[in-house]
Amino acid sequence: MNFEFSADQMQLKDIARKFLEKEEAVKRARNVLEGEASYDEDLWAQIIEMGFTATAIPEEYGGLGLGYLELCVIAEELGRSLAPTPFSSSVYLATEAILNYGDDSLKQAYLPGFASGEKIGAFAHSESNTSPTEANINCAYSDGSLTGTKIAVVDGDIANTFIVTANNGSGVGLYLVDSSSEGVEITEQSTLDPSRSHASIVFNNSKAIELNSDWSNVQNLLDRAAVLFSFEQLGGAEACMDMAKEYAMGRYAFGRSIASFQAIKHKLADMYIAVELARSNCYYGAWALSTDAPELPTAAATCRVSASQAYHECSKENIQTHGGMGFTWEFDCHLYYRRCRQLAANIGSQAIWKDKLIGSLERANQI
Amino acid sequence: MDFNDTPEEAKFRKEAFEWLKANAELKEGPKDSWRASSEEEGLKEVKIWQKKLHEGGWACLHWPKTYGGRESTPIERVIWGQEVSKFKVPGGYLEIGQGMAGPVMMMYATEEQKERYLPPMATGEEIWCQLFSEPAAGSDVAGIKTKAELEGDTWTINGQKVWTSGAHFSDYGILVTRSDPSAPKHKGLTFFFVDMKSPGIEVKPIKQISGGANFNEVYFTDVKIPDSQRLGAVGDGWKVSLTTLMNERLAVGDASGPDFQEAFSLARGQDLNGKLAIENDAVREKLADWYCQQSGLKYAKYRNISALSRGETPGPQSSITKIVSGNKLQEIANFGLDMLDSAGILRSDEEGAEQSMYQYGFYGAAGIRIAGGTDEILKNIISEQVLGMPQDMRADKGLPFNEIPTGNK
Repeated sequence: MNFEFSADQMQLKDIARKFLEKEEAVKRARNVLEGEASYDEDLWAQIIEMGFTATAIPEEYGGLGLGYLELCVIAEELGRSLAPTPFSSSVYLATEAILNYGDDSLKQAYLPGFASGEKIGAFAHSESNTSPTEANINCAYSDGSLTGTKIAVVDGDIANTFIVTANNGSGVGLYLVDSSSEGVEITEQSTLDPSRSHASIVFNNSKAIELNSDWSNVQNLLDRAAVLFSFEQLGGAEACMDMAKEYAMGRYAFGRSIASFQAIKHKLADMYIAVELARSNCYYGAWALSTDAPELPTAAATCRVSASQAYHECSKENIQTHGGMGFTWEFDCHLYYRRCRQLAANIGSQAIWKDKLIGSLERANQI
Repeated sequence: MDFNDTPEEAKFRKEAFEWLKANAELKEGPKDSWRASSEEEGLKEVKIWQKKLHEGGWACLHWPKTYGGRESTPIERVIWGQEVSKFKVPGGYLEIGQGMAGPVMMMYATEEQKERYLPPMATGEEIWCQLFSEPAAGSDVAGIKTKAELEGDTWTINGQKVWTSGAHFSDYGILVTRSDPSAPKHKGLTFFFVDMKSPGIEVKPIKQISGGANFNEVYFTDVKIPDSQRLGAVGDGWKVSLTTLMNERLAVGDASGPDFQEAFSLARGQDLNGKLAIENDAVREKLADWYCQQSGLKYAKYRNISALSRGETPGPQSSITKIVSGNKLQEIANFGLDMLDSAGILRSDEEGAEQSMYQYGFYGAAGIRIAGGTDEILKNIISEQVLGMPQDMRADKGLPFNEIPTGNK
């Protein structure tokens, strides 16, 4: 059995980790949070330079032609370092939508730009404060143009290419709209995690290209992205566990390190358990994504639920372990707490993914 | 990343499967398992099966060949376990001897003793038990009080052990005692093996919350043990104990009982308020949580097996198995009974009935969360040995054992 990343993949992970540490990605996340910029352009340029955006794009479309396992290890490190860039929107969602549902001419036109970072994508899906369904999506497509409003579009004010869900009268599928199209109006939205930019987008008879997709493909796109987002969540969760431990070891109260109190030790053990379960489930997701396994819907929902739970557990208990200092603006705990919520929100809620998990098991009748 | 065997592993798997196919009956389904009509009957069948295993070269895979083992690699043990689980074969009774007493004998007994005791342990002719826990020493197992006094070449043992599995049918036991109560807790212990037929040993079953009796109390009254049966130096008993405790944690794995599959198929067939239970959102949410836990443990195990396959020592992931699966079992058992509404309180002893499976889990999970290290002790182990956090402060540190405060429980 070889249920592990290869030595080369682990080396890539190590390179990504060291690069993001050297570039002080966490500090850059704070700068974006506190400043006016929507993302860190310099870090984004370096990520492109490293070839990360080109990882899973085939060579014929200007990519590196590596696989999804490589993308998974990069995602984990981006999550661990809170890297404030549009990577996830552009790579896990927009690139994947074009790669899987675009025709060859669209791929030729767009993918080299996504590989080189000239194109930045965002996924415009939500329309209201309820989960998007085929029945409640009001964005409408007809005769090459798209009309409607999307909200909480992650990287919406950064992207130049939108992948939009819309109804063409017979069902909901994926459409591509350039931000430069007429009738596109982008408004930045304030969020709980300002280290990642969000926007609402109004499309008013904007020129749109139909991707070869229906509602099941929208779900497939979300499943594929869920695996990669799970790795980001896993990286973030582990970072919180490490922070909590390091702080507890050095913090003294009642004449001893607080890391020697069972209340703290058991808290850390609970974090460790959550992280180990999530990591193991993420590997399952990585395997399913990289091999195009029929189990992908189950595996994706499993790792998504598990990694969301682990990040929630670790980011909130990291603050708790830090005590009062964890509640200050000065300490980094809140950056992770915010990012945990942001990542939990961006491709659908826990309740929805749990329901999808059970639904996929019912359909697969694997049991 | 794949789930495939290496060519060597595939060859070993084939060899194991073919031997098993020639010597045992394949299970008809996942729920089809060996069950004995009584403990005596089970013991008899286990001994016959173990003899067959031994003759075929499949006994005590990890042991040296000299003592009846196979000298298999850890990955081969895993593969054997996977293959054997496809067959309806007897099990139980022998694990404590082969998994805990055997390794300790190999490390500390004389060559002559190893030649005398290990082969019958491997063939299943002689059964061993482990005499560690005491009424006042559970999680704090180094706090045992059973007294050992040396006169000439003979030790005299007085005291009481508890939670001893299989003491009533064991031939021998490994025993930890206190030989110097004036030394600090961990320093005054001495380790022996003892003939369970020795005069002065009395075994009494413990009635558990389930009503069953899988464990015993073992009383020692002036039991004589020759000094030649001491394992390790006088006062070194804690060090010797650690060898077996490590093996115990490896041995106590996944909690057995209803798991996600059972709860899922129950929910798909069970009426709940006029609809199928599976259509209830609260039910779906719980099921999803259990699926994620089960899946996480399964793939953590695969990661461990992969490490073994590469010849590496597995990571500490296995330390979470018992905590997660014990708690999951307790929740699933509660869910299974809750699905029956008010009737879930009614007892069913019908063999194999769904209700009795959840009842068994209801009782069993409460025990699993304690056996072989409580959840709390395991969390200490994770935080100390995996995460490197400091030990808790100990009120008894450095005190002579006989000056350590004791409570009234």
